[in-house]
Amino acid sequence: MSGLFPFHGGLKTVRHKTESNQQPIRWSALPHRLTVPLRQHIGAIAKPLARAGERVLKGQMIGQPDGYISAAIHAPTSGKVIAVEQQPVPHPSGLPDWCVVIESDGEERWVERQAVDYRRLHPSEVRNRLRSAGVVGLGGAAFPSAVKLNPSGHAEALETLILNGAECEPWITCDDRIMRERAAEIIAGLHVIAHLLEPREVLIGIEDDKPEAIAAMVAACAGTGFAVRPVPTRYPSGSVKQLVKLLTAKETPVDGLPVDVGVQCFNVGTAYTIYRAIEFGEPVISRTVTITGHVNQPQNLEVLLGTPFSELIAQSGGYRDGVERLIMGGPMMGFAVHDDGVPVTKATNCLLAASAAELAPLRPVMPCIRCGACVDACPANLLPQQLYWHARAKEFDKAQDYHLFSCIECGCCSYVCPSHLPLVQYYRYAKNEIWAQEKEKQKAELARQRHQARLERLEREKQERDAKLRQKRPRHARWRWKTRLTKPSRPIAPRRLRPRPNQRLKLASGAIESPCTLKR
Amino acid sequence: MWVAVIALGVLAGASGLMLGFAAVRLRVEGDPVVEKIDAILPQTQCGQCGFAGCRPYAEAIAAGEADINQCPPGGETGIVALAELLGRDPKPLNPENGAEKPKMVAVIDERNCIGCTLCIQACPVDAILGAAKHMHTVIAKECTGCELCIAPCPVDCIYMTPIAQTIANWKWTYPLADTGARGSVEQAAA
Amino acid sequence: MHFKTLTSPHVLGETSVGQVMRRVLYAMVPGATALIWFFGWGVLVNLAVATVVALMAEAAMLAVRNKPIATHLADYSAVVTAWLLAVALPPLAPWWMTVIGVLSAIVVAKHLYGGLGYNPFNPAMIGYVVLLISFPREMSSWLIPQGIGQAHALSLIETLQAIFNGLLPDRLAADALTGATPLDALRTQLGLGLAVADIRNSPVFGIVAGSGWEWAASGFLAGGLWLIYTRVAAWQIPAGLLSGLAVISTIFYLIDPQRYAPPWFHLWSGAAIFGAFFIATDPVTASTTPRGRLLYGAGVGVLTYIIRSFGGYPDGVAFAVLLMNIAAPTIDLYTQPKVFGARRG
Repeated sequence: MSGLFPFHGGLKTVRHKTESNQQPIRWSALPHRLTVPLRQHIGAIAKPLARAGERVLKGQMIGQPDGYISAAIHAPTSGKVIAVEQQPVPHPSGLPDWCVVIESDGEERWVERQAVDYRRLHPSEVRNRLRSAGVVGLGGAAFPSAVKLNPSGHAEALETLILNGAECEPWITCDDRIMRERAAEIIAGLHVIAHLLEPREVLIGIEDDKPEAIAAMVAACAGTGFAVRPVPTRYPSGSVKQLVKLLTAKETPVDGLPVDVGVQCFNVGTAYTIYRAIEFGEPVISRTVTITGHVNQPQNLEVLLGTPFSELIAQSGGYRDGVERLIMGGPMMGFAVHDDGVPVTKATNCLLAASAAELAPLRPVMPCIRCGACVDACPANLLPQQLYWHARAKEFDKAQDYHLFSCIECGCCSYVCPSHLPLVQYYRYAKNEIWAQEKEKQKAELARQRHQARLERLEREKQERDAKLRQKRPRHARWRWKTRLTKPSRPIAPRRLRPRPNQRLKLASGAIESPCTLKR
Repeated sequence: MWVAVIALGVLAGASGLMLGFAAVRLRVEGDPVVEKIDAILPQTQCGQCGFAGCRPYAEAIAAGEADINQCPPGGETGIVALAELLGRDPKPLNPENGAEKPKMVAVIDERNCIGCTLCIQACPVDAILGAAKHMHTVIAKECTGCELCIAPCPVDCIYMTPIAQTIANWKWTYPLADTGARGSVEQAAA
Repeated sequence: MHFKTLTSPHVLGETSVGQVMRRVLYAMVPGATALIWFFGWGVLVNLAVATVVALMAEAAMLAVRNKPIATHLADYSAVVTAWLLAVALPPLAPWWMTVIGVLSAIVVAKHLYGGLGYNPFNPAMIGYVVLLISFPREMSSWLIPQGIGQAHALSLIETLQAIFNGLLPDRLAADALTGATPLDALRTQLGLGLAVADIRNSPVFGIVAGSGWEWAASGFLAGGLWLIYTRVAAWQIPAGLLSGLAVISTIFYLIDPQRYAPPWFHLWSGAAIFGAFFIATDPVTASTTPRGRLLYGAGVGVLTYIIRSFGGYPDGVAFAVLLMNIAAPTIDLYTQPKVFGARRG
């Protein structure tokens, strides 16, 4: 085994993996109604293709990617579209978003599927297939995979392809289970990725607290040249930039992506869906979700996207007494949902029902004593106490001087803070404010330009009018002079320019234009 | 004594010449402070400050003819930014100019619109679309919320509506639980 | 079903400000015990008086500032300040001196600057310096450690009498009981033109530094190492301080061993060890970046030596710490660590 290159900071957290990783993955029951959000990924919301009342087949595209960074959405089962409307979705705000609501007919009739041999297709054709299969990163960020699978635009060949099976967050075990049960399929998917990106080496990073998964993956890798690299169990080793550092010693630039240092990284679940999409023509309509914490039967379920959280909890034996929070994702970076009626999306890797036993007790918030525990824990090598100081004082410029946007919101600083400061929330607040201010500024700039353009237009119109009048007047005069020669008559022009009294009244109420233009 | 007087006189003369030279040669063209002030103003072009748009107001501030607290859409943030730029003390918004309101956009009730084009002429950023005797509509993305279109409408079919909160524009809030305050634990739980 | 929503992370570590401060107190026990052993009950009485006054002052200031009293008293920060100051006071210091010192520390240096986390200067050292400048004679009259001035036999009652009423037992004269500290003795006698080696033959000196003193320093060293092991104190500050002091004292010792004391004497004398692990490591007032802490520690070490050797006071740790407190924000600004993924240089 070749060497590892530890990143700065990080934590040994509680693990709680054994609660849910003992039984095999089961299929969850087909729900009566599925609410499929049209935005399950990073990027633009998908354009709805289905209308209320329409019948859809399992795997039929119901949302079309809108733009390059977007992903397709498919019907998870066959049935009838009841509505395309705003419904609550899993989001920290609790706000609704556009969803396609499907009533299942229980028949599970598939749309026509087509397997392909990716080796015979042009890479762009393979990418298009994955794009229309709705493949996104299943590690939690849900970034459209087709974008990452496009090597063009990067001059140098890809050095390293990393398959991320670290799963460093406590409680979550879905990647652990699929590596144990579907290692061969994951590796088959990895072959597709490697075919598209042509990396020099392929590494598989797995935290060493998953010996069974490591063994399964090592067995599946036999003869492929792919190398399984167990990494020490240290949160957040599953964070992309940290895992890249750990395995290759390369630091991803502050405002860059791993691909900038010749590394690309995919989650094990993503590799599995790529395999299904290529070998079976199946789009992403389900994913593995860990249901754990304060429920009666913690387990991993293969869940159709759009299934309400509450049904998964019910299938896991229901809540035990005293559940206070329902967290989507892990306890370090996940967010608490407002309601358990929201549906599973491609980003839902774990549901953690948390009671006081799983949660940190509420303790008084004390002033920062500048102890520097956060500095030691920060995997991005930031100075969290300075970021806190400036975010709290709303000094956003200074927070940016301390590299606020390098923060990955992993929560290590909050975890070790003896004063129990909600540090991560301060950083999120500051980032959001900076983005909002940036948008405001852009909007103001647009308004400035439009106002300027309007003033110029008005000025131009005035000049054109004046020019016309100047042109007209001599002719007019000549004409008048001529007419006067022949037949003296009363002048017409002055009368035309005089506004009627009632017109003038209306103009006084705010019009900028002069009377003569109105008349014109 | 004369030596001192002459020496000082020569010194003063030399300094004067240098300053004069600097004033001519190193002169800054234009007035960058106007640009800086204009960059802080929200560009609603609403005229609540008493000037015919943001730029004229910026010029008036730079010339010392207007105070920094006359812009309701810019609000407290804007006043603080202006105060910092100009090295003055921030002051509360002048109530004569109006009050700070949440961001709004204009909406035309299209059933009642008679197509008179008066609002089109009033809009400072050309954000209303339409033609004579045809229904008009507001380009919401470009509306600055200046309310200038409301008064001219002869049938009162334009109203202001707050910008709706969506997942796209939702923001994390400032943490409630801050250090030291009594009951911070309860606040943290809220 | 509806749920409470709170921001991540949803799990937190076990640490708290109270735990950090309690650990500092535990770590002081060995050193303080040695002090009590060699200098008598007075040290214990000072500790008790300082603790009580500090807690009262803290509670009063919290009430005035409308802060939750119980929560903040439970953070033990006032007790830590009290102990740091108390062990720096002469064992028979009159009670009102302790009170003045603690009040200067808690009321002025801590709460008037915004309370825990906001004070720019180390409160205990402000209290100590106020006393040192106001009462130089009282502050320099230390007891002679047990073992050399056989007269050390003050009982607890006699100690209380001495501290609260200023009365010494008839059988003892003040001169027999108190004497200069080793650093003070060194300084005075160097001023008389004696050589270091000769001075160090006097009984007030022990194996490496002052007799009795070196044991207290060793006790604080043990406690300090434990603090570093438990990560309560950053290792960079003591490392920087002790190496700064060692380097500069070695240089001068090599230049002229007759006029300058050896490095081991400086390291084990006065408040060097205590200051390195307990005073300079006060997180609120120290530098917070890893490199900055090394620099900050080294600065305290060098300044301590300069004040000891060329300044007007026998020991310089308190002044050195306060001077470096001023420099801490600037040091932090220029010693920011390289952010993950930032370009080098």
